[in-house]
Amino acid sequence: MDLRFTDEENAFREEVRSFFRDNLPDDIRAKMIDGEHLDKPDFVRWTKILNAHGWGVPHWPEEHGGTGWGPMKQYIFLEELQKYPAPQPLAFGVNMVGPVIYTFGNQAQKQRFLPAIANLDDWWCQGFSEPGSGSDLASLKTRAVRDGDHYVVNGQKTWTTLAQYADWIFCLVRTDTAAKKQEGISFLLIDMKTPGIEVRPIVTIDGGREINEVFLTDVRVPVENLVGEENKGWDYAKFLLGNERTNIARIGVSKQRVARIRELAALEMAGGRPLIEDERFREKLATIEIDLKALEMTQLRVVAADAKRGNTGKPDPASSILKIKGSEIQQATTHLLMEVMGPYAAPYLPEHDARWNEPSEVPEYAPVAAPNYFNNRKVSIYGGSNEIQKNIIAKAVLGL
Amino acid sequence: MDFDLSEEQSMLRDSLDRLLADTYGFEDRKGFMATPEGWSTDIWRQLAEMGLMALPFAEADGGIGGGPVETMIVMESLGKALALEPYFATVVLGGGFLRLGGSAAQKADLVPQVADGSLRLAFAHTERHSRFDLAHVATTATRDGDGWVLSGSKSVVQHGDCADRIFVTARTSGGTTDENGIGIFLVDTGAEGVSRRGYATQDGLRAAELTLDKVRVPAGAVFGDPENGLPLARRVVDQAIAALAAESLGVMGAMHALTVDYMKVRKQFGVPIGSFQVLQHKAVDMYVAIEQARSITLYATMMADSEDDAERARAMHAAKAEIGRGGRVVGENAIQIHGGVGMTMEYAVGHYFKRMTMIDVAFGNADHHLRELARAGGLFSAAA
Repeated sequence: MDLRFTDEENAFREEVRSFFRDNLPDDIRAKMIDGEHLDKPDFVRWTKILNAHGWGVPHWPEEHGGTGWGPMKQYIFLEELQKYPAPQPLAFGVNMVGPVIYTFGNQAQKQRFLPAIANLDDWWCQGFSEPGSGSDLASLKTRAVRDGDHYVVNGQKTWTTLAQYADWIFCLVRTDTAAKKQEGISFLLIDMKTPGIEVRPIVTIDGGREINEVFLTDVRVPVENLVGEENKGWDYAKFLLGNERTNIARIGVSKQRVARIRELAALEMAGGRPLIEDERFREKLATIEIDLKALEMTQLRVVAADAKRGNTGKPDPASSILKIKGSEIQQATTHLLMEVMGPYAAPYLPEHDARWNEPSEVPEYAPVAAPNYFNNRKVSIYGGSNEIQKNIIAKAVLGL
Repeated sequence: MDFDLSEEQSMLRDSLDRLLADTYGFEDRKGFMATPEGWSTDIWRQLAEMGLMALPFAEADGGIGGGPVETMIVMESLGKALALEPYFATVVLGGGFLRLGGSAAQKADLVPQVADGSLRLAFAHTERHSRFDLAHVATTATRDGDGWVLSGSKSVVQHGDCADRIFVTARTSGGTTDENGIGIFLVDTGAEGVSRRGYATQDGLRAAELTLDKVRVPAGAVFGDPENGLPLARRVVDQAIAALAAESLGVMGAMHALTVDYMKVRKQFGVPIGSFQVLQHKAVDMYVAIEQARSITLYATMMADSEDDAERARAMHAAKAEIGRGGRVVGENAIQIHGGVGMTMEYAVGHYFKRMTMIDVAFGNADHHLRELARAGGLFSAAA
């Protein structure tokens, strides 16, 4: 047992840090620190910088542009990226559909799609959930019917994150209505410009416009956009959902937010002293830190085990712990950051109000705090709700 | 980073687990508790024969040269067996003072006696109203020629009733709560003026109230600087906290295993109660708490040797707070899921629950360590 990072790993951490320091545009970093939403050009600009350096898709196989780093370096890279903080490459492409394409797709699909994902020339969104199919995803109803060289797709997808920016959507569609529900599903790649696709925004409780409904009406999709075999889509979806072991806990994100809490709680006064000196507040922060340190070690256990036996890509039951605790900690940090603001958590100021000329008493960092807290309620819901994660552990680990 | 045990470490775990599996059944343990010592002198001898008493001492001092990882392995196994023997008091606490504060002469005299199992030690620090503050010391030590004279009372000295010698914190100068002016003295329990009242603790282990009435100790009984012994005591206690965290892993793991097994066999409404989602989720909450406790224990074990007092202390605050909180989640759910049978003295789970609860009140409970960590500026105040 040796729980230290190697010299090589420490040097790598420094290399990654200095790259972010030298290359992330200041305006993007400022948005990240302030907790503001990034625009599409922000993502594109940063992804192209990363990709030009060869770091656009570090975890992919080297033949498709990956770096060949082992699991520990992958983890260090992500942690430093999150801590700096720099935007993470768009998950729908690099973490979700990309690995499905290079694992199950054909040669033409790999050539067409993978480089464009790595460079964010194609923006992907995820067409899994439907109005009637949330946790019970396999019950999905969107139909794809073969018609010559095309599938004709009809149905509705929902909670589709950033679909308003998307060039492509990967969809689970029902191709066999007679089979068991998991066995009649296929995985289709659909061009968002195809006639019959309509994107309607869903405004979330923070006032943000992140998610959408996507309506598909007689959308004609060429059969060459089927990934793998027809009716095997559920296997690919499970692969996709179980693929996230180094990132789901978002240790670096929570570390960065803890540092932010400490920084801003030193600026806000309570009872004539900086809030950070308030014993009750400090204990709440320490409670989160203990949980976070434990989760970091849990994450490193998973990463070290991957490194030892080779990353097989098989879902590890421990990743369910990472999801449950990681989301709880993210939510606790966003709540505590909002608490830092005291009464200034209240003003709803999504944009600068040009009618006011006088300097505002509202600290510039305050108005995003409550929306971020509201927005982060999602993290225990998406990617398999925490209750679903508990079902998985009960079955797969405890044998109940 | 490598979280796996070495081959030697795995062998240590396996052989100790095998010994305890063969000798430490629930009924065996009840029998040990009923002896005058309250634990098994026969098991104690077998542990010594395995080399466990010599484990943490340097080879040059007559030990085996194990470190915090070896102690973690032993303590987890002892926790799993709910062992009653004074290993923690003798080897972790007493041995800690020997290793970290003993002079060459003191080590040469005492380590071999601990290593062969013939000498039992304990650590007396708690006083009325000291609560969890090691620096709160009203017991006095006054110079008398070459030696010292000690007077005062110590409480809840774990395994103080069977110890041959007891490490005692005593004030050599200053006021009751001053950090300076505390000395560490090794007191022979047969010396004139030493009286003890032994009793069982809630978890079935043993402890004692200790009274020192003008007890004369020689100069050689002082460990470290008699004017500034607190840093030594803190180092020993920090390592002891890492050991208790490891013990708690064994205790929690056993409770969880018993509970999940019970959920598979206990039927109500015609089905195993493990088929009920509400109970499944409680069992998962226990599992998550244990895995988090394991992670923080590994962190504490890694830090136990650290020479950086502040960083080491922060790690122990985090560990003790986490196992206190997690232990309660695991223990209370274990009882709840078992239902009535979990409440009975005749079933093991309650005994694990009681040990877990008593671990929390030893060397600072979860609240205490959370407060201390908060006062120390938190865990991630450095670059981290």
